[in-house]
Amino acid sequence: MPKSNGSANGNGASSSNNNKGKAKQHATPILDKLEGGPWPSFVTGLKRLRDSQGKQYAPMMNDLLGQLEHSYEEKLGFWKGGVVSVYGYGGGIIPRFSQVAEKFPESKEFHTLRVMPPAGFHYDTKIMRQLCDIWEEHGSGLIAFHGQTGNIMFQGATTENTQKAFDALNEIGFDLGGAGPCLRTGMSCVGAARCEMSNFDEQRALRDIINEYLDEMHRPAMPYKFKFKFSGCPNDCVNAVQRADFAVIGTWRDDMKVNQDEVKAYVEKVGRKYMIDSVITNCPTRALSLNDDNTLEVDNGSCVRCMHCLNVMPKALSPGDDKGATILIGGKRSLKVGDLMGTVIVPFFKLQNDEDYEKLVVFAGEVMEFFSDNALEHERIGETMDRIGLPAFLEAMGIDPDPNMVKHPRTSSYVRTDDFTEEAEKYFERKKHKKAKETEVTAAAE
Amino acid sequence: MSEATQPRVPHETGVPDPFLFMHPTLKKNYANWDWHERLRPGVLHHMSKTGESIFTVRAGTQRQMDVYTIRKLCDIADEFADGHFRFTTRSNIEFMVADRNKIDPLTEKLTSEGFPVGGTGNSVSMISHTQGWLHCDIPGTDASGVVKSLMDMMYEEFIKEEMPNRVRITTSCCQVNCGGQGDIAINVQYTKPPKIDHDLVANVCERPAVVARCPVAAIRPAIVNGKPSLEIDEKKCICCGACYPPCPPMQINGNDSTKLAVWVGGKHSNARSKPTFHKLVVANLPNNPPHWPEVEAVVKKILYAYKDNARDWERMGEWIDRIGWPKFFEITDLAFTKHHLDDWTGARHNMNSSTHIRF
Ligand code: HEM
Ligand code: HEM
Ligand code: HEM
Ligand code: SF4
Ligand code: SF4
Ligand code: SF4
Ligand code: SF4
Repeated sequence: MPKSNGSANGNGASSSNNNKGKAKQHATPILDKLEGGPWPSFVTGLKRLRDSQGKQYAPMMNDLLGQLEHSYEEKLGFWKGGVVSVYGYGGGIIPRFSQVAEKFPESKEFHTLRVMPPAGFHYDTKIMRQLCDIWEEHGSGLIAFHGQTGNIMFQGATTENTQKAFDALNEIGFDLGGAGPCLRTGMSCVGAARCEMSNFDEQRALRDIINEYLDEMHRPAMPYKFKFKFSGCPNDCVNAVQRADFAVIGTWRDDMKVNQDEVKAYVEKVGRKYMIDSVITNCPTRALSLNDDNTLEVDNGSCVRCMHCLNVMPKALSPGDDKGATILIGGKRSLKVGDLMGTVIVPFFKLQNDEDYEKLVVFAGEVMEFFSDNALEHERIGETMDRIGLPAFLEAMGIDPDPNMVKHPRTSSYVRTDDFTEEAEKYFERKKHKKAKETEVTAAAE
Repeated sequence: MSEATQPRVPHETGVPDPFLFMHPTLKKNYANWDWHERLRPGVLHHMSKTGESIFTVRAGTQRQMDVYTIRKLCDIADEFADGHFRFTTRSNIEFMVADRNKIDPLTEKLTSEGFPVGGTGNSVSMISHTQGWLHCDIPGTDASGVVKSLMDMMYEEFIKEEMPNRVRITTSCCQVNCGGQGDIAINVQYTKPPKIDHDLVANVCERPAVVARCPVAAIRPAIVNGKPSLEIDEKKCICCGACYPPCPPMQINGNDSTKLAVWVGGKHSNARSKPTFHKLVVANLPNNPPHWPEVEAVVKKILYAYKDNARDWERMGEWIDRIGWPKFFEITDLAFTKHHLDDWTGARHNMNSSTHIRF
């Protein structure tokens, strides 16, 4: 490949002058219209790549633009899948072959590498430039930060270059994510790195779990996909509740912390009416009350940790000290039974010391094992849970029923209750043990 | 397959360690933050318990980025932002600076290079989008183009914080719906059963797999022109497109029959109300690139009805909960039809089984 200095930050405007013996530049009258307007334009970016004189990807990006323009004309997509992988792995590459390759031969193979980003999406410019250099050498120069599942998507490699690109990325510490019926790439919020609402170490939980079960990611052998997402608090910035099979959402068990001076300062700033209309009466469980002296009374037993009052007054209110997470299982998008939110399976999973995180990793493994053993082909775990019923799922997982798992107890009378008394005895037994354990802990603390 | 050289065995390194790349102030104060404030749209100030501050400047990107754009962002980070940045889940870029005096030059630089600063607090943040014609094998429409057009339209709402609460918009370019739940969601809605390419079926198809995929059992094995193929009971078919990903002969996309639908009131956060799914409000909007003006018009109508009528802190769905659906359809001047009545599993849970009626 001839090497020219590609530092020309050619800004958008198409250069008519890169025909070097190659097919002519495709006109893109429809796409051109997406270059106007104030928002950054992906079309301008694609053209920059097309116009990079002498770069190996310039002809590919010319044909890619041609095919995209063709899609805009015909209102149809023109990619099909196939099988492409890298040595040693069964997944992680999304193969794309053009169905209109005779018109756009240079981009006839345009595969994506799904690559796992550093947890929390942190980068420095050194590593980012390395990623760019690799993709400039082996790929199209087009990268998405990030896919909805949380991958860096290196889009546009030929079949031959897929292995080369992966090798180079892998050498600098990056690994492929999931594609196919397998453990998928996880996602965590910024959390502890820059957010005072954080209730556990999101990035640690993500890395501990995914890195323990990489085999399930790299060699797809599950009934269908399995996704983890980690949000540090119930604001759920990574949308775990509905987009993860296994959602870990931070929360706390003890009382929230209240700095009454800051509460007063806030009330003074916004006025009592605003405070009552926007904070007090917005509490979903009526857990807040504004005292006559402008201090706040919190009924922590009724508070459901919805985060609203903490969001409005972050200086005054903070999560408590007894931190951990709620685990919800079974969230997913439309196909094929319709959208599902996760269901609370573990109301509180303590996450403070190493042992807690080890337990979380073990539990995650048990759930995936259950999924692998019991789900039908192409069934998400939420569908499996619906098919067998929550009681059977809990029994398989060795988890006791808890009223935090339901909106309300059953309303259908069609249930066989002949062992109700035994089950009730078990419940009281558990309650006794829990009480005993708590007094033990309090005694030890004193 | 080339077998000339010995293949390289991958290092199964998994998820990279973020501490290698994290801004030093974030690293130092990890899990020790105390509170935050928003200094102005796009600019956050976080205070740690040790009294150290970090300032974040958030800017919009096109998500699908060429290496030149990424290097430009790196140059900006090197010159103005200590050489670090991160991305949000909605593809906004965040530059962190420990020195308050760096905020203005950084903001000016980003703005002058065409990266809008905003997306914080009660703004319309970047639309989360999927792959579309650029790269997916089943898309009914493009994703990047829809997002670009809509963000152009809502630019002012991204750089300001003038909404009652945050507005999170999503798109999906097929009914698999990779995009998540949104205050407003713009999703492909197929309107015709798949046209079967019988030659393709005979050659490639795993018939039992695709028969099993249909949620309403509308697909049957059949012999067509003497060859094994499939047929669709078009009365049963709900045009969901579920059969298409596993079976390319089930051509669900048509340049006229693939339409767009707009949904409202989805939310993931637990703040105040529980997380909710978005609900259908308009279907059958034309798939009209490159600006999708009919979609833009509907989104605009809904967005400004919300802006003008919702109270502080109400998300789209919470506002509608308060005023009621009849009022929502009235204010937005949109039609309520039989298609808004759910008839899927559990549909009766979505009906009004009370005499709570708004007049
Ligand atoms: C050939 C078929 C498919 C292709 C090419 C495809 C492609 C994609 C791509 C490119 C993404 C974003 C990837 C990322 O963020 O790393 C994605 C995400 C997603 N896909 Fe698919 N997909 C396919 C089938 C499906 C099916 C059948 C389902 C559902 C049953 C599905 C559900 C989703 C969901 C829910 C997400 C994103 C949600 C999340 O962030 O967790 N996809 N898909
Ligand atoms: C001598 C025998 C029975 C008598 C006199 C009787 C009488 C009644 C009466 C007066 C009603 C109320 C009707 C109304 O509100 O309009 C009723 C409702 C009903 N009965 Fe019976 N019944 C008898 C046997 C049964 C049996 C054996 C069953 C079931 C196996 C049954 C099932 C029902 C049901 C399902 C309702 C309707 C309840 C509702 O919709 O709220 N009845 N019956
Ligand atoms: C004590 C329990 C039940 C009694 C006394 C009962 C009685 C009957 C009777 C008298 C018929 C009408 C037969 C005919 O007209 O030829 C019938 C039909 C039927 N029953 Fe039941 N049944 C009972 C429970 C169930 C249950 C538990 C199910 C299903 C889960 C069921 C499903 C059916 C079905 C599918 C039909 C046929 C309906 C049709 O073809 O139109 N039955 N049953
Ligand atoms: S989910 Fe909670 S902890 Fe995580 S970034 Fe969002 S607000 Fe912060
Ligand atoms: S966090 Fe939510 S539920 Fe708890 S007191 Fe505040 S507003 Fe009420
Ligand atoms: S929404 Fe559908 S068409 Fe769009 S990227 Fe996802 S699977 Fe592909
Ligand atoms: S489009 Fe959906 S309902 Fe129609 S045949 Fe295919 S899977 Fe069945």
